[in-house]
Amino acid sequence: MSSIAADGLDVRVSTFSQVQTVAKYSFQNYFRARRFYAMLVIVALIGGLLTFAFAYFRPAGIVQGPALGFYGAGWGSFVTLIAILSAALFGGDAISSEFQNRTGYFLVPNPVRRSAIYVGKWIAALAASVIILVLYAGIVLLNGLYYFPGNVPVQFGESIVFAFVFIVAALAFMFAFSALFKSAAISIMMGVILLLIVFNVIDTVATVLAKIEPWYSITYADGIIANVLMNPFPAHFTPASGKFGIPTYVATIPEGLTIMAVYFVVTAIVGLWLFEKKEFTS
Amino acid sequence: MAEPSLEATGLTKSYGTFTAVSNLNLKIEGRKCVGFLGPNGAGKTTTMKMFTGLISPTQGRALVNGVDVRADKKKALASCATLIETPEIYPALTPRSALMMLSELRGVPKEERMKRIDEALGKVKMQEWEDKKVGSFSKGMKQRVNVASTLLSDPAVIILDEPSTGLDPRGMSEVRDIVKSLGNRLVFMSSHLLGEVTDVCEEVAMIDHGKLLVYDSIDNVTAKFAGDGGAAEIGFSRDADDSVVARVSKLDGLEKAVRTDPRHVTVRFKGGLPTQERLFSQLAGMNVGVVSFRETSTGLEDAYLKLIKETL
Ligand SMILES: Nc1ncnc2c1ncn2[C@@H]1O[C@H](COP(=O)(O)OP(=O)(O)OP(=O)(O)O)[C@@H](O)[C@H]1O
Ligand SMILES: [Mg+2]
Repeated sequence: MSSIAADGLDVRVSTFSQVQTVAKYSFQNYFRARRFYAMLVIVALIGGLLTFAFAYFRPAGIVQGPALGFYGAGWGSFVTLIAILSAALFGGDAISSEFQNRTGYFLVPNPVRRSAIYVGKWIAALAASVIILVLYAGIVLLNGLYYFPGNVPVQFGESIVFAFVFIVAALAFMFAFSALFKSAAISIMMGVILLLIVFNVIDTVATVLAKIEPWYSITYADGIIANVLMNPFPAHFTPASGKFGIPTYVATIPEGLTIMAVYFVVTAIVGLWLFEKKEFTS
Repeated sequence: MAEPSLEATGLTKSYGTFTAVSNLNLKIEGRKCVGFLGPNGAGKTTTMKMFTGLISPTQGRALVNGVDVRADKKKALASCATLIETPEIYPALTPRSALMMLSELRGVPKEERMKRIDEALGKVKMQEWEDKKVGSFSKGMKQRVNVASTLLSDPAVIILDEPSTGLDPRGMSEVRDIVKSLGNRLVFMSSHLLGEVTDVCEEVAMIDHGKLLVYDSIDNVTAKFAGDGGAAEIGFSRDADDSVVARVSKLDGLEKAVRTDPRHVTVRFKGGLPTQERLFSQLAGMNVGVVSFRETSTGLEDAYLKLIKETL
C-alpha cells in the first residue's frame, strides 16, 4: 500500500501491536473514568467493613482459627460479587458504548480489524478488573496476616487463581452481551441480572425439579472459588435429606475450570462474530 | 506509482424495503477534491459508511485504492483517513492521547508522532486544549479534534462527511483552508455548503434518493445544467427610486430587476460571465450611487437546484 501513500507515512501495522494500542488507550480511559473509582470505593467499603467487623466483634469461628475459615469468610464470600460487578462495569457496555456513544466512529474507520479493537478492549477491561481483585485480595491478606501471622493457606492462592479464571470468562460473557445490545444500560443490566440472579435460580430449579447437575452454568462453576476454602471440599452430590431437604450439586475443581474455559471460548467467539456483523447505523 | 482511487460497483444498501443507496456506480481516480452533494437523506453518509467499513453493502462493492473494504478493511484503509459524521472520542482521553492512539494504529513512525500531532492540533487551533479531557468539550471543539485526526498520517485518500458540521464561521473557513491545503491526494467530501465545494473541489458527484445523478467536473456540470443565467444584488449608497430601478432594468441582458429594500436591487440576467462583466461596468458608469455588486447565485447552486427536485 505504501506505493499509493502520498509520501509513504502510512505503513502496515501488525494486528498484534494494534491490539496493544487499543488496550493501552482503553485502559487509560477506564483508569481516568468515574466507574473505576466507583469500583475502588466499593472494594474499599467491603474491605473496610470486614476489617472493622472482624476487629470489633472478633467472631470466634473466624479470627481464632483455622486460617482457612478466615479466608473463606473474608475472601470466598465476597470475591465473586466483586468480580461480577467489575465484569459488568468494565465489560457490560464495552462494545455497545462504541455504538451508543458514537466512539466507534472515531476508532473503527481506520486500518484496523474490528477483532483487534474487541480484543484490545477486553484486555483493558481485564486489567482494570484484576486491579480491583488484587486490591481486595490485599485487604484480606493484611487482615489474615494480622490474625494468623505467617499462616497463609495454599488454598487462598488457589482461590485467587480461580477468581482470575472466573473474571476472564465473565468478561468474555459480558463483552458478548455488550456486542448483542445497542444500549449500554440494557447490556449492563442484563449481564448483572443473569450472573447474579437468573443463573442461580435456574441452577436451583434444575437441581430440585429435574434433578440434573447444572453443568451448563457459569455460576455453578464459580462455586469453586469459595469451596476451595472449605475443609473438606464439599461433596459433589448431596441427596435430599428429610421432608423439605433439596438435593445439591457442587462443581469439582476440574469441572469448574472446564465450564469457565468453555464459557470463555464460546462467548468470545460469539461476541467477536456479533461485533463483526454489527452496523454503525444511526 | 498507482493513483489513489475510490470505486463503487453496484453499491447498494437497503434497510428492510427501503433502499438508501441504490446500485451506485462511481469511479474516482487521481489526486483531486471531489464534492459529494445531495439533499438530506440522499444517501451520502450511507455511501461513505460503506467506504469506511462502518456498515456493509447489501449488494455490490466499495473499493478504496483497489481493495474491497468489506473483504479487507485493514488493507483498504491502509492509506485512507476518514471522518464520518460527528465521531465521539473516549471522554477520559485528551486530544493528544486520542490522536496518539490513532497515530499508533495508523502506523505513523514513532519519531514523527509528536510533531504530526502538534501540527494537526495547530491547524485546528486546539493546542490550548491538548491536555484537557475531551469529555468536557463542546461539539465544535470535538469536531476540530476529529478534523485533526485526519491529518496525522499521509493518506492518499481522505473521506470527509460534512467536516464542518458544528463549527463556528471561523472554524468552517479554517476547515476550507485545511482541505485546500491537503493537495496531492484524493479528497472525497460531502457537504451542503455549495460555496465551500466550489471553492475547494474540482469535481462533484450528486446523489438523490440513493441514485447517482451526475459525476463530472464542476465546470462541466455548471455548463450543462446551470444555463447561463445569473443573479446579483446591487447595493446603493442612497435610496434607489423608481426611475433608477427602471433605468437599471433597461440594461441589455437583464431579465428582471426587483427592489428588495430601499438601497438594494436584485437582478437576474442572461448571458453568463460576459453579461455580468458588462453589467458591472455599466452600473458603475451610471452614476446612480451604486456601491456594491454581489453575485447571489453560483453556477453550481443553479445546477444543483435544477438537478435535484424539490422532493424528499
Ligand atoms: N438504520 C437505518 N434504518 C433505516 N433507514 C436508514 C437507516 N440509516 C439511514 N437510513 C435512511 O437512509 C437514507 C440515507 O441516509 P444518509 O444518512 O445516507 O443521508 P445523507 O445524504 O447523509 O443526508 P444528510 O445530508 O442529512 O446527512 C435516509 O432516508 C435515512 O432515513
Ligand atoms: Mg449525512
